[in-house]
Amino acid sequence: MSAAQPAAMSGAPPRRIRVGRLDLLGLAAFTLIAVALGMGLLYAPTELIQGEPQRIFYVHLPLAIASYIAFLVVAVGGALYLWKRRPGFDIAARSSAEIGFFFITLVIISGGLWGQATWGTFWQWEPRLTFTFVLWLIFLGYIMLRQAARDRDQAARFASVLGIIGFADVPLIFSSVYLWRGIHPEPTTLPQPIFITFLVATVGFLALFAYLLALRMRWDKTRDRIDEMRAALEE
Amino acid sequence: MSPATEHTPEPRPSHLRQLRTLLWKDLLIELRSRDAIVAMMVFGILALTVFNFAFELRAESVILVAPGVLWVAVLFAGVLGLGRAFTHERERGSMEGLLLCPADRGTIFVAKFLTNLAFIVAAEIVIVPVYDSFFGVAALRPGVVAVILLATIGFAAVGTVFGAMSVNTRAKEVMLPVLLLPIVTPLIIGAVRATGILIDGGAFSETWTWVNLLIAVDVVYLAVSFLVFEFVLEDWG
Repeated sequence: MSAAQPAAMSGAPPRRIRVGRLDLLGLAAFTLIAVALGMGLLYAPTELIQGEPQRIFYVHLPLAIASYIAFLVVAVGGALYLWKRRPGFDIAARSSAEIGFFFITLVIISGGLWGQATWGTFWQWEPRLTFTFVLWLIFLGYIMLRQAARDRDQAARFASVLGIIGFADVPLIFSSVYLWRGIHPEPTTLPQPIFITFLVATVGFLALFAYLLALRMRWDKTRDRIDEMRAALEE
Repeated sequence: MSPATEHTPEPRPSHLRQLRTLLWKDLLIELRSRDAIVAMMVFGILALTVFNFAFELRAESVILVAPGVLWVAVLFAGVLGLGRAFTHERERGSMEGLLLCPADRGTIFVAKFLTNLAFIVAAEIVIVPVYDSFFGVAALRPGVVAVILLATIGFAAVGTVFGAMSVNTRAKEVMLPVLLLPIVTPLIIGAVRATGILIDGGAFSETWTWVNLLIAVDVVYLAVSFLVFEFVLEDWG
């Protein structure tokens, strides 16, 4: 998974001044997530009805929120690319798509584990699960489309078009799966310790998303530059 | 839209005339080659046949699976047709000629959308009666026909965009269903649910939730597809 690659590279020594700020963001993300995990295991009380498995919530929902935001970045990046034709927007969109796909995969796995514990089954055709799974499929199509494109311009344009159509489709998918059927735990007012833990985890995962996105974009820009140089050399 | 002025020379014919010409061109090509529609019809009937064997249909199970059977047959036949919708443009380079014509990009989309819609409806005209008799389901009713039409409009709209896109990628045949089917989830849900209610003998008024969903889907798909189509055409420009 290429989205995981930059995370592995984050330990590399910084070479530029700009790197410092980014590293700070990464550090903040990992610290927040570590703190949230600690809070989720030690500070937050055991939920009365669902028991211990409910603690997956502190990973599951923040990741889901981060992956929905990734989808938003894909759509907005795509629209801006079609409008301004600046490669930066496309790089943002494709980077966000890869990280979003990685996140949403984790959402589905963590949701399945949670469901296994509370519903007794890994998979349920339940609205939010179905919704997330359809988004996962659209992300997958997005990545496949980019790989099947004939050149970079086409990849950027087609992916932008798919991102926009997919985004316009989100409310429709959401309402249709809801009308279809429903058993997800409805959002209730959370007890304060649970809510605070959730909040820390959400900020942590959003910071992680921003960090990975920035890393991935820098990597992509470097790769584009190398490609350009190589093309220039060949000419 | 300006009214068509037949005799005074104009730099650009009216949208309606552009549309009529483009539609006539596509229909004529199809009438002469019979490439898409026949393939879609045959494919749809084959799908119905396969379902018949796959589900080992017995009297009590027919009604349960019937709406799904119809929609899988229609959607897959539709994907087949949409996949071929732009092969002429691609293989014979006729899109370049089209783009040189004094025709609007928007009009090209509307024409192509209406062509695709007409082709899928033509296939449905064969698939639905066959389905009706194969599965003993009363599908030839105004309500069911209305639902089928509503769902086909949205399907053809996004299908036109994705068809034009996938024919230009390296993985032509694979790309279209991979892109199209997840996107049309709301449409599948709405169509299957509404069809199910009607087949179970429900009144059309009971399907409002789903019919409203289908209308919303159609409006959004048509608007978005119309807006983004010109970016897809750049491959030919």
